[in-house]
Amino acid sequence: MEIPYTVQPRADTGLFNAKVGIWLFLASEVMLFGALFSSYILLRVGANSWPHGLLNVPIGTFNTAVLISSSITMVLAWANMKMGNPGLSRIYLGITVLCGFAFLGVKTKEYYDKFVHYEVRLVDGTVTDGHIKERSGDFAIRGFKAEKGSLVLEPLNVLHANPGESMADAMARLPAKERYAHHHEKEMTIEASQIRWISNYTPKHSPYFAIYFTLTGLHALHVFGGMIVLSYLFFQNRLAFARTQTERYTNRLEVGGLFWHFVDLVWIFLFPVLYLL
Amino acid sequence: MSAHTHDDVRKHLKLYIGVFLALLVGTAITVYAWTWHFESVAVTITVALFIACIKAFLVAGYFMHLMSERKTIYAILLTTVFFFAGLMYLTVWSRDQMPRGTTYSVGPNPPVPSVGTR
Repeated sequence: MEIPYTVQPRADTGLFNAKVGIWLFLASEVMLFGALFSSYILLRVGANSWPHGLLNVPIGTFNTAVLISSSITMVLAWANMKMGNPGLSRIYLGITVLCGFAFLGVKTKEYYDKFVHYEVRLVDGTVTDGHIKERSGDFAIRGFKAEKGSLVLEPLNVLHANPGESMADAMARLPAKERYAHHHEKEMTIEASQIRWISNYTPKHSPYFAIYFTLTGLHALHVFGGMIVLSYLFFQNRLAFARTQTERYTNRLEVGGLFWHFVDLVWIFLFPVLYLL
Repeated sequence: MSAHTHDDVRKHLKLYIGVFLALLVGTAITVYAWTWHFESVAVTITVALFIACIKAFLVAGYFMHLMSERKTIYAILLTTVFFFAGLMYLTVWSRDQMPRGTTYSVGPNPPVPSVGTR
């Protein structure tokens, strides 16, 4: 039995079924990301202070450009299929998938950088952050405490805070421009006994990183899902199906493209919200 | 799109490239505006989200063809907008219901003069 309305539009909707389906799916996705944006707002307005300058803006900008570029190649893949150029369509589709790989590659590097970046609060009120250059063999972190040994830190920032304050709290008192300036201070050798609180930039560090990893992680999963679908269509382009049922294949391309553009759309908001604000 | 013919698509190619360039320019403006580092958080948020909304409009309107879609799609999206707006209203509303001084971070936050030094 043939599946109805894969090419011909239904009389009541005026659309082929998959298109109505993808838009209903995207509507549910809007609510999913909307709920997380809502969580972001609540966490932010409830926080003592909100960290700034902890993410790499040039890298985030590059990734934004990559996703925008993938959106235009996706449109061109669909347009060329529509104009009867399946070969060119395949090339554009391939570039789109490669852009997806580039985006996820950069995101992985960003995640790694956060996992090896530490905020250290000392008992004398100093707060600092940076990469650990060396650590003694017995140095151990349990929870937010350093138990034994010592470490050598390459600090980006060194600030003096009040008791119980975080780096974000101390930074909040600085002028806006100062918050984003990293100074690369001299190496610091810190004994475990001097450390009051230590954490790398992972979700446990603060509500900021918790929502950062949740939002960007979910978005990255969507990019990955989109890449699977587009890769499937990339290989299907060469099969007889795409040649004999061109209209049906083009519709599949359009539906896959709508999802890909949605992923781009979400990033358009994620980038300023997490990196710049 | 509702019903694009081959010729329609060919005519739209330049438009798609124009939208792509506008999105890149929009991104550059967003980052450039960020380098001003406004002291006011409200101004920073307004500028960044205003540009983001324009970019989102371009993607949804032209790449996703919402400028010329069927009523069915508009009906689906109108429902989504309604519930999304409701969700955001609840978010703001719930903020007013929190006890004064509710925070999500550990430790005291005494009002202190500027002591940040580098």
